[in-house]
Amino acid sequence: MIPASFEYLAPTSLADALSALAEAGDEGKVLAGGQSLLPVLRMRLNAPEKVIDLGRIEELRGIREDGDHLVIGAMTTHADVAASDLVWEHAAVLADAAAEVADPQIRHRGTIGGALVHADPAGDLGAPVLALDAEFVIAGPGGERTVAAADFFVDLFETAVEDGELLTAIRIPKHTGWGGHYEKFVRVAHQWSIVAVAAAVRVEDGAIAEAKVGLTNMGSTPLRAAAVESALVGRSTGDLGDACSAAADGTNPPSDLNGDAEYRKHLATVLTKRAVLAAAGG
Amino acid sequence: MTRISVTVDGVKYSDDVEPRTLLVHYLRENLGKVGTVIGCDTSNCGACTVHLDGRSVKACNVLAVQADGHEVTTIEGLAEGGQLHPMQQAFHEHHALQCGYCTPGMIMQAIDILKDNASPSEEQIRAGLEGNLCRCTGYHNIVKAVSAAAEAGAGSKAGE
Ligand SMILES: Cc1cc2nc3c(=O)[nH]c(=O)nc-3n(C[C@H](O)[C@H](O)[C@H](O)COP(=O)(O)OP(=O)(O)OC[C@H]3O[C@@H](n4cnc5c(N)ncnc54)[C@H](O)[C@@H]3O)c2cc1C
Ligand code: FES
Ligand code: FES
Repeated sequence: MIPASFEYLAPTSLADALSALAEAGDEGKVLAGGQSLLPVLRMRLNAPEKVIDLGRIEELRGIREDGDHLVIGAMTTHADVAASDLVWEHAAVLADAAAEVADPQIRHRGTIGGALVHADPAGDLGAPVLALDAEFVIAGPGGERTVAAADFFVDLFETAVEDGELLTAIRIPKHTGWGGHYEKFVRVAHQWSIVAVAAAVRVEDGAIAEAKVGLTNMGSTPLRAAAVESALVGRSTGDLGDACSAAADGTNPPSDLNGDAEYRKHLATVLTKRAVLAAAGG
Repeated sequence: MTRISVTVDGVKYSDDVEPRTLLVHYLRENLGKVGTVIGCDTSNCGACTVHLDGRSVKACNVLAVQADGHEVTTIEGLAEGGQLHPMQQAFHEHHALQCGYCTPGMIMQAIDILKDNASPSEEQIRAGLEGNLCRCTGYHNIVKAVSAAAEAGAGSKAGE
């Protein structure tokens, strides 16, 4: 199928994109990599009158250091995040997760900003950025604001980005020296996560000094497994004991053809253990 | 209509297209490049894979207007002077196809794999072909063909 007709706008600066968006109002839709939006338009689930392509705005692309933060432009592709030495060094679990998104062709087009604003609960990038306490830089007609990851994910397909606003960058506190691993559970190739776990751990003298754990598809938004994070502190990397058994506490996972909620809760504990062990070993 | 200029298989084209035109339709219907095929409605199958500025993309999930000013390579642009690309030759020699419908996309994606890794393991080849579905072969001969092409040095050609 092909999309309904629309007018195509390709601004080359953030300022122009914001004014195009303001002018389009309810009739406008932002296009990033198109890997979620184009299927939606092709199925005619949405038919905006104007499509505003961010693909020609250089300032939204790229990965750089800013003091003790890593700054990733919203239009940076999954492939570029997964191939970045800077991301592997300072936010390993995010690089690992980006490499698990969809398939190579989609990773060449899909962007970190698009995936996070799309906010599919089965999407793979929410859990790692939540675990790493990232901040989201959002630009709108009134200027720029920064939102903490904990406040960014509002509900299914809903984030703190309001109409007329654009996500411009994700700022991640550097987790230099931390191990990271993203453990994704799927049944067939290039599927969305049934459940996945993002783990970042700092190991000192063979024991876990700090741990951060994010869960994918265990509720309508990405979640932190706070009980596991505190239970892991002080554990030897050779013996996590029962520290991961509380991974599903406070979660509300969906039931669907891939598994019911009870099955997902069980998976979350198993995958959390695997993710933490891999993060601590790496 | 929006005016676009795209270089496809080394030739520069300028055309007026409706913004909603998918790249795969532009290639097939405007340029007659029917070597690139459509296998699904959901961007899952990979049959439509082409290279956009040298990297693989699913042409059913890119708008033609997004390719404005960029370079596209299709399966039809691989052979040079009547000589098959080493990856095409390897698919031929290893019987890496039955009905052949997935083949253009498989070959384009296989070449992309070698751009990152000139000598991939079997596991890396299978992961690299994750977004390409084949209903006939069971993949074994496809994987063999990619390995053989890599061993024959197709990787150095892939980087071009
Ligand atoms: C077959 C297939 C399999 C997939 N598998 C997975 C998977 O396993 N895991 C996974 O995580 N994802 C998967 N995806 C989705 C993929 O990750 C997309 O790349 C991503 O969800 C959207 O990114 P995009 O850049 O393509 O955004 P687009 O599709 O262009 O946009 C998505 C939405 O975000 C809005 N938007 C985009 N950028 C901005 C911005 N900067 N500011 C404000 N709004 C913005 C758009 O208006 C739109 O509503 C899959 C997609 C396909 C087609
Ligand atoms: S036709 Fe493009 S992925 Fe199937
Ligand atoms: S050879 Fe028939 S689909 Fe692959």
